[in-house]
This record gives sequence, C-alpha cells and structure tokens, in this order.
Amino acid sequence: MVRTESLTKIYDDGTVGIKDLSVDVTPGKLTSVIGPSGAGKSTFLRCINRLINPTSGKVFLGDIEITALNQKELVKARRRIGFIFQQFNLVERLTVLENVLAGRIGYHSLARTMFGSYPKEEVEMVTAIIDEVGLLDKIHTRVDNLSGGQQQRVGIARAVAQEPDVILADEPLASLDPKLSHQILGLLKQFNEKYKITVLLNIHDLEFAKIYSDYVLGLKKGEKVFWGPLSELSKEKVEFIYK
Amino acid sequence: MANIRELISKERIYVPKKHYSVLKLVLFSVFSVAFGAFFAYAFNKVNFSIPNLIKGLPNIPQIFSAMFKPDFNIMISKVLPELLITICTALVGTFFAALFAIPLSFAAASNLVSKKVARGISFLFNLGRSIDVLIYALIFVVAVGLGPFAGMLALAIHSIGMLGKLYAGSIEEIDKGQVEALVAAGASKLEVIRWAVIPQIIPSFINFTLYRFELNVRVGVVIGLVGGGGIGALLIQYMANFDYSKVGTILITILVIVMLIEFTSTRLRKQII
Ligand SMILES: Nc1ncnc2c1ncn2[C@@H]1O[C@H](COP(=O)(O)OP(=O)(O)O)[C@@H](O)[C@H]1O
Ligand SMILES: [Mg+2]
Repeated sequence: MVRTESLTKIYDDGTVGIKDLSVDVTPGKLTSVIGPSGAGKSTFLRCINRLINPTSGKVFLGDIEITALNQKELVKARRRIGFIFQQFNLVERLTVLENVLAGRIGYHSLARTMFGSYPKEEVEMVTAIIDEVGLLDKIHTRVDNLSGGQQQRVGIARAVAQEPDVILADEPLASLDPKLSHQILGLLKQFNEKYKITVLLNIHDLEFAKIYSDYVLGLKKGEKVFWGPLSELSKEKVEFIYK
Repeated sequence: MANIRELISKERIYVPKKHYSVLKLVLFSVFSVAFGAFFAYAFNKVNFSIPNLIKGLPNIPQIFSAMFKPDFNIMISKVLPELLITICTALVGTFFAALFAIPLSFAAASNLVSKKVARGISFLFNLGRSIDVLIYALIFVVAVGLGPFAGMLALAIHSIGMLGKLYAGSIEEIDKGQVEALVAAGASKLEVIRWAVIPQIIPSFINFTLYRFELNVRVGVVIGLVGGGGIGALLIQYMANFDYSKVGTILITILVIVMLIEFTSTRLRKQII
C-alpha cells in the first residue's frame, strides 16, 4: 500500500532526516517504525503525506505517486491517509463529534464543510466510530474537557473517519501511561484487523512494538537498518539499532 | 576567600586613557546650550507662575462643591439621552471597526500569508493608529457635519488599526498542531481556517472587541467635545456657560456608567476564556 523509493530528507540546516530509504510496506498489516530518538521516524512519516516535502525520492500510495502530485491533488490524496499525533492535535474548543467529522472534510464541497453540515449517513458512520473508541457518551463534550487517553481516542476516531487506506501514527503514546498505552495500541490493532487499514506506527518503546506489530522497520541515523516480520527481529539486531 | 589583591599580577597593567572626541564635545555643548535656551523659553511660553497657582488654588474647592451639587433635573431629560448616544456611537463604531479589521487581520497574520503581505497590512494598521482620533473626528465633522455620525466614523477608522493588530497577533499565536491535523486530513486552506483557526481565535477576538468598545465609550466622550455628538457636545456647552453644577452632573454620570460598562465587560470577558 505504501512504498518508498530512495526517500531522502535533508533539512534546510543540512541535518539529515532520512537517507535513501526504500521500503514496501506490507498492506493491511501493522508495521512499527523503531529506532532511537533522532533516527528519523517522524521525518519518515511526515514525508509520506508530505506534511514535509522530501528532498528526493518517491512515495507511492497504491498506484498514486504522492511525490508527483500538485498541491490540489495532494489535498485530495491526503483523505486516504490518516495521521495520529503525539500531542493529539485536536481542535480543543470543538466537541468530540466536530473533531471526528473533521476527518470527513476532504470528501465534501466547501458549501457543506463551511457550515459543518454533513449527510446524515456520514454522521451516523462517524457516531459508530466514536462508539467503537468508547466515547459515545462524550460525543458532545468539548475535547479540552477530556483526559489524555480519551483525547487520543478521539485522534484515532478522526483518522478512521477518513476511511483511510493507511494510518500514520507518530508516537501516539508519548503523553500516556502504560495502561492507557495498551488501550490505544489495542484500538489501533483492532481497526487495523477489522478494516484492513495499513498502520505505520512510530514507537520508541520496543516492548510495546513487540506485542502489537506484524512488521518492523528499524531506523538508525536516518537509514534503514532492519526491515522484516517481527519474528526476524533478533536480539542482536535490536542492539545494533539502538547502539 | 581568595585574596585577589595579593595574587593578581599588576606589573604590566596600566589603566587605558579614555579618549574624548573634540567634535562630539563641541556638538554636545552646542546642543546643551540650545536646549537650555529652549527650555527657558518654554517656561515663559506657558506663563509659568507660582503666585498665580497659589492665587488660583482656593477656587478649586469652589468648582468641586458646585460639581458635587449635581443638577438631577437635567440627568434624565438631557444627560442620559446624550450619554446613550455616545454609547451607541461607540457600539456602531466598534462594530464597523471589527467588520473591517477581521478580514484584514487574516491578511496581516504572518502564519497565513507571505511575510511581505503581512508586513504591508501591519504597516497600514500602524499608520491608521498613529493618526490621532481627534484628527479623524475633525476630518469627518467637515465631511459629514457635526454629530454622532462623524464621531462614529472617527471611532471606527481609528479602532481598525488597533483591533487589526490585536486580532492578527492572536491568529499568529494559534497552536500549529491543530492546523497541521486538518491539513493532514485533506482540508483545503479555507477549511483549515474555518475548523482549526477560527475556533482557536474566537475567544480572544471577542475579548479584544469588548475591550475596544469600553475604550471607545471613553474616547467617544472626548470626541463629542470636538463635534462628534453625544455627551461630549453637551459637556462643552455647559463648560462654555461656566455651568459647573451641570458639568458635575455629566461627569458623575459618565463616571458611573463607564465603570458599569467596564465591570460588565470585564465579567463577560472572563467568562469567555
Ligand atoms: N525541522 C527540522 N529542522 C532541522 N532538523 C530537523 C528538523 N526536524 C527534525 N530534524 C532532525 O532530523 C533528525 C531526525 O529527526 P526525527 O525525524 O524527528 O527523529 P525521530 O522521530 O526518530 O526522533 C534529527 O537529527 C533531528 O534533529
Ligand atoms: Mg519523532
């Protein structure tokens, strides 16, 4: 589903974010991107939906070459790519429902989205997603009144509401304690299996990665140093990635 | 404690001489003399006179006692209606200021448009603010005649700069993450503004607008003095007649009403955030 060819990002100040990264992510599976802080995990995910533009190389989503799209086409293509943020990035003064409906914006005309008037069946679909993340009773609550764990569940619901082919999750646990972390990863895994959404999960904590991943991409100083099924990730390889 | 005095080596040390520039010295002396002369001239020009002040002081209690015998007959028939006009002038003026400042502020926010455009609009805001409100009032009095319409226009034009600058500032301070999330979900620029920027700025926009309204009520009184209608016009009329008890009535009413408006508005603003 997601494929990159020699993807490279060099920041304006000369820092290498990722270098010559080619990977063909297995569709419908959950892939963890691991590596020490600064390895290029965030850079990699942000290059995929072009929140930052790569310096060179290509990104494909299915048949679409994301890196070849103009601005207008890119906005359209982003509908199929959900993104989950470390700091949740919810619109704090809006309700749970309004935040999750934001995931539908890309599918509708300006005339609808400006007033937030979505078709009834979409509101129902979104409500069902909110129910799946366990927040039905909070649907009209402003998200700044929710706990961190609840907020990240809204973040997941928003991404799922996009009906995405792939979800990119950039350290979604970083602001949460272990118990909540399991809840959040459990939800991601559940959506991954139930709706066959490909998930790319940036995660620095290897113990969590081991429980939930099918595949692992190991990054070190911006370069791919491991790619394969979780079962092939040996102790030596882990040591090499983190050393 | 280390004994620096004994330990430090002073053999090769000499204290460098301070150099004076003759030119600077000359310029400084010329400037000092010129300024001193002008200062003396200024004292002369304001008819500065301690004896006059001493002679005049006993009049002050007299004026005050006249003021504090407010004439309540005119309160209801004249003062309150004119004050209402001033408040309406401030309200409509603030409304039009906000109407123009809101769209302009989006074009002045450096995180939404190019730095060049943002700086250009900010420059216009500053230009608008730097011209005194009394000058606007005089211009509009000439253009549309004496009265609250001229006052309202002056308040509106004068407020645009400050409101625009405050609005733009709060747009620039928004949380970028919320914007990024909408961008990532495939929202267009207008949709990002509608669903990530506007929700974040509404409280501060309301806050600044209310604050400017309070200010405009007070400025509106002063504008009345130069032909902008409302309570200020009445005030200057009584002043010209040395009718201090009526002046007192006006001042006390203004004081109370302005405090009331500020109190309510402050309460309201606290509620919003
Ligand atoms: N905006 C930026 N400008 C310059 N360097 C950056 C920027 N963002 C990240 N980097 C650098 O790129 C490298 C990879 O960072 P990042 O992708 O955030 O790693 P990770 O997510 O694995 O911690 C780091 O050296 C980091 O300092
Ligand atoms: Mg990171």
